[in-house]
Amino acid sequence: MLNLPKDKLAEMLRKMFEIRLFEEKVFELYAQNLVPGTIHLYAGEEAVAVGVCSNLRKDDYITSTHRGHGHCIAKGADLKRTMAEILGKKTGYCKGKGGSMHIADFRIGMLGATAVVGAGIPIAVGAGLSIKLRRTNQVVACFFGEGASNQGTFHEGINMASIWKLPVIFVCENNLYAMGTRQSIVMNIENIADRAIAYCIPGVFVDGNDVLAVYEATEKAVERARKGEGPTLIECKTYRHRGHSRVDPARYRPKEEVAEWLAKDPIKRFKEKLIHTKALSETEIQHIEKEVSVEIEEAVKFAIESPFPEPEEALEDVYA
Amino acid sequence: MRKITYKEALREALKEEMRRDPTVFLLGEDIGRYWGGAFKVTEGLAEEFGDERVRDTPISENAIIGTAVGAAITGMRPVAEIMFGDLTALAMDQIANQAAKIRYMFGGQINCPLVIRTPFGAGVNIASHHSQSLEAWFMHVPGLYVAAPSTPYDAKGLLKSAIRGNNPVFFCEHKLLYPIQGEVPEEEYTVPFGVADVKKEGADVTVVATLYMVHKALKAAEMLEAEGISVEVVDPRTLTPLDKQTIIKSIKKTGRIIIVSEDCKTAGVSAEIAAVVAEEALDYLDAPIKRVAEPDTPIPFSPPLEKYVISDEKAIIKAVKTVI
Repeated sequence: MLNLPKDKLAEMLRKMFEIRLFEEKVFELYAQNLVPGTIHLYAGEEAVAVGVCSNLRKDDYITSTHRGHGHCIAKGADLKRTMAEILGKKTGYCKGKGGSMHIADFRIGMLGATAVVGAGIPIAVGAGLSIKLRRTNQVVACFFGEGASNQGTFHEGINMASIWKLPVIFVCENNLYAMGTRQSIVMNIENIADRAIAYCIPGVFVDGNDVLAVYEATEKAVERARKGEGPTLIECKTYRHRGHSRVDPARYRPKEEVAEWLAKDPIKRFKEKLIHTKALSETEIQHIEKEVSVEIEEAVKFAIESPFPEPEEALEDVYA
Repeated sequence: MRKITYKEALREALKEEMRRDPTVFLLGEDIGRYWGGAFKVTEGLAEEFGDERVRDTPISENAIIGTAVGAAITGMRPVAEIMFGDLTALAMDQIANQAAKIRYMFGGQINCPLVIRTPFGAGVNIASHHSQSLEAWFMHVPGLYVAAPSTPYDAKGLLKSAIRGNNPVFFCEHKLLYPIQGEVPEEEYTVPFGVADVKKEGADVTVVATLYMVHKALKAAEMLEAEGISVEVVDPRTLTPLDKQTIIKSIKKTGRIIIVSEDCKTAGVSAEIAAVVAEEALDYLDAPIKRVAEPDTPIPFSPPLEKYVISDEKAIIKAVKTVI
């Protein structure tokens, strides 16, 4: 299981720290009233974004959701520009026009976060079609939540990707709640991955808090996609540490359930495994964490010190 | 000059652009070799360009447009066909929230060069789900261009501009226009967006008309000429961007304006043009602005009912006479 090179494992852990510390900082900044609007934090789900993106090349694509900070960071987005965007600053990826829910970096294949649940699915399919027509061997990873699997776009998109054998990896992040609504209230199936049967593609579910399990499942899906064998649906069972958005104390979640999932924290588990197998030492891990926290501080400083856009910039970028 | 139909003009535009640029491809329901499009616009194209580039899709409108968006932002130039304009409602999220906003929302990082072709309009007795004119919905979405050609010449030239441009274009056709013939040069040309066309010059009253209504306005103008009333017919050709200057210039000449469009009157195409005229050209008017638009009903099936709700030449003539 740990047959990945040490550098790769260290890099995966670093990305997970980046996401976690970034999200904690966003939460702090929000408490200080520095974050306009709302936020949907990814803390707790790091193993999914990192497990998937660690299989991708820079020229591969991802599409993201309203809970997208983790996906951006995992794909290699700049922490400073991501933080600046969340604070609505001119130096942000989208010059302050997108904010937390709409970050994109097309230079690294991050095709943008959509805040309409499920809307990124056909867009990922389109990127997959474009890859096929251009005859490159890129792939697309399409992130969405279990709630999105009840949207028409999920069924329409997967069907199209299946019939056209497109190189798309559909990654369902099942954190059990669509806002505050439990999966069992809105679905009679337990595994979203079972929906793959209807489209004649592989559907697998994995422990979404185990970054290596996600990595392995994605590795197979990417290989299949690059060979032209078509899409895969991977369901990652995971849990968000906080509520749906900034206003949500998540009282709908039983205390025992929260405790059980916090005990399965993906970073804690990965660290333990790395130490246990002697892949990385405790000191090495602490060193990585410290380096990341410095980077995050720099990102915060950059974002806070960056200017807001000029008001008139609101009128720019509507048309090419 | 040779004459071809509106449908043939559209097909020529697609064919020429596909030959010119390998990133142009078509997708939509039944557009391929077995049907050639519900209105046969894409007939023969799959034979020349193959099933990959003339792609039959499942009946999944939202995914058709979403797929086009994904392809457009990753280096392709898709032209998506939605079989009937009414069905764009199924794809509204991808049109209005995704295609139109993707450039703006991401701070100008990316362009979304896609074209959505669809036929609007009544007149063939196919009732409420296949007959509406919804151009105004799309005029209300910043980030989209809206084209509405009325002649084969304009259809070909505007479609070529739409495909070559870097913005998402909502391209409105009208079912009754497909068989209409008109002069189209053999040689290469394009029609720019945001430039209205004076389809007929006149001195007494300006009639601004769109899509199939342009032809009714021209017939009405002919009949009015016989009575000594000189009508200028202005066709905006693109609704976004709207060429206000040509409309205002015409009003300066005639002092009167009638606006004719096939959509329902409330908050419609005619409402927008009327508002522009009221804001920017009221001083040149010698008579109130008059609109010829449809009642606020869905389109009915039975021929006398449908005929009743769609304005004809007589309605235009009547409107002209109220301002003269």
